[in-house]
Amino acid sequence: MEHTLELQNLEVKFHTLDGVVNAVNGVSYFADAGKTLGIVGESGCGKSVSVLSIMGLIPDPPGKIAGGKVLFEGENLLEYDQHQMEAIRGARIGMIFQDPMTSLNPVLTIGKQISEAMVLHLGFSQDDARSKSTELLSLMGIPNPEERFDDYPHQFSGGMRQRAVIAMALSCSPDILIADEPTTALDVTIQAQIIDLTKRLQDEMGMAIIWITHDLAVIAELADRVAVMYAGYIVEEADVFDLFQNPRHPYTLALINSLPSVDRNRVHKRLVTIPGSPPDGSAVFPGCPLAPRCRFVVERCLHENPRLGTIEPNHKIACWVNVNTGEVL
Amino acid sequence: METTAGQNGILSLEGIESPPLSFAQLIWLRFRRHKMAVAGAIILTLLIIYSTGGALFRTEADANFTDTSIRLSAPNAEHPYGTDPIGRDILARTIFGGQISLMIGFVAVLVEVIVGVLIGAIAGYYGGVIDSILMRFTEAMFNVPQLPLLLVLGKVLSDKVPPLSILGREFSGSVVVIIAVIGLTSWMGLARIVRANFLSLKEQEFVTAAHCTGTGNASIIFAHILPNTMAPIIVNATLGVANAIINEAYVSFLGVGVMPPTATWGNMLNGAYRYIDTAPWLWIFPGGLIVLTVLSINFIGDGLRDALDPRALVEAN
Repeated sequence: MEHTLELQNLEVKFHTLDGVVNAVNGVSYFADAGKTLGIVGESGCGKSVSVLSIMGLIPDPPGKIAGGKVLFEGENLLEYDQHQMEAIRGARIGMIFQDPMTSLNPVLTIGKQISEAMVLHLGFSQDDARSKSTELLSLMGIPNPEERFDDYPHQFSGGMRQRAVIAMALSCSPDILIADEPTTALDVTIQAQIIDLTKRLQDEMGMAIIWITHDLAVIAELADRVAVMYAGYIVEEADVFDLFQNPRHPYTLALINSLPSVDRNRVHKRLVTIPGSPPDGSAVFPGCPLAPRCRFVVERCLHENPRLGTIEPNHKIACWVNVNTGEVL
Repeated sequence: METTAGQNGILSLEGIESPPLSFAQLIWLRFRRHKMAVAGAIILTLLIIYSTGGALFRTEADANFTDTSIRLSAPNAEHPYGTDPIGRDILARTIFGGQISLMIGFVAVLVEVIVGVLIGAIAGYYGGVIDSILMRFTEAMFNVPQLPLLLVLGKVLSDKVPPLSILGREFSGSVVVIIAVIGLTSWMGLARIVRANFLSLKEQEFVTAAHCTGTGNASIIFAHILPNTMAPIIVNATLGVANAIINEAYVSFLGVGVMPPTATWGNMLNGAYRYIDTAPWLWIFPGGLIVLTVLSINFIGDGLRDALDPRALVEAN
């Protein structure tokens, strides 16, 4: 079956004064209609850069897509010119951002911002766009959408703004919704509401979702399939249940172990952390980028970077070690 | 606002809640605190009414009608502001001269804003080579001395540009020359401000969000980013009007600006210096009008600056 969106060996480099930073190193993942792909990883691991390159929004210079393909319904988006991309953005692929405080234009009304994509892509008149927008706002659970249409972003609370941003992204019924840490800036109760809302909308509209986060709890709640990223590589990819029950990569294991627990018996235990810090993207290191921080590290890890390989059906890892037995693969 | 006590003496929310203020209401509330700016706005409105509404009582023919038999007569019932050295009615000339002076101020600023915003916005938004080229051009333009250029071009071009008629009034071609020169030599400061704002605004997430909606560059520049930087543009333009009026008065006073018979407040002063003691009404009326206009515009500009800049407001408190 053809995937709605597929990344193949995407490589993104940033040419900075300190040298070339390899932000994304041969990353492949895919998203299917009606399914949610979760991408997890710590800050700077290339999650956002990989989705920005789907949208063709890598700032160039200094960014450069050095290789790979972004296949959307079989067509390579990297070969599209700006005009063709503008027709895709917003219409076929919608995107929501991390901070609803900054992703809405403060001087335009909420309604104008939601209407824009429909006027632009679907040829709606202002009146049609207005009635569709108020419909969307009420679908998002915003009371009095008729009056709220003419409000400015500063008159909305954080949760309402994020709902408005989702309404913007979904206004043209896109095939794919890319969500770049959309709940990070919200408090937990609002976060739960946004997640429920997204799930409900996905059931109704059937779009594929790529959900980026560094919050494993959100992933567990929402995703069907998960890709764990580290230093610009995907280190583990599996179905969500498989990943949480049977994590096979040391990094995934460490991430899951460092979740705070509400278990009564563990109350006095210290929070487990991952020692060290993520590598500098511009440093050249022949081995596995996790090696200096990994407790399973073996000789081979220092010289050779493992490639992502299938170890079980639907379960891929990039590691030389079997974390369950400790034996070198 | 009054809070109303509900039943049982409990404060009810209804008295406290108020509809949120729109941006314009907020600006007006802040502007209103600046007493001089409000006074300036009122005076400027009156001046505009004076020079446009005055046309109902005097015609342009009155303004240009010469009668040497009554030359240099002091203000009297028939000529409330007196007459000039060739017997023209000064009241009528201040009315029609005011139209020209104010129009030069506003149109020159319109030119300034269009050029300044275009260059600043394009330079700031696209950056890179385009930015370098446009900014070097801007710096080069900074080196063009405005007043000497006005004097020279006013002298050389004013009789080459044919007179044109707008809204039933005939304007000397020199008006166009003055507007063009003032407008095209004063946009650089504005361009720099707009560029600086675009440089920071284009990195904001809402611009990326607009890109993700599929919005094109032109629409992002003018519909998304530009409204965010209106405040400094408005303040700059307001102060620019005063500047343009002064510049016009300056060159017209020297006799190379707007050519007679078209009256402006500036060229009415031309020659008045010979009668400073003997016929003060020659310069008191046009001079007073210039001072009033420029002062009130500057106060309006100050008021707008405070009203539109939240930081200035915080500092003032």
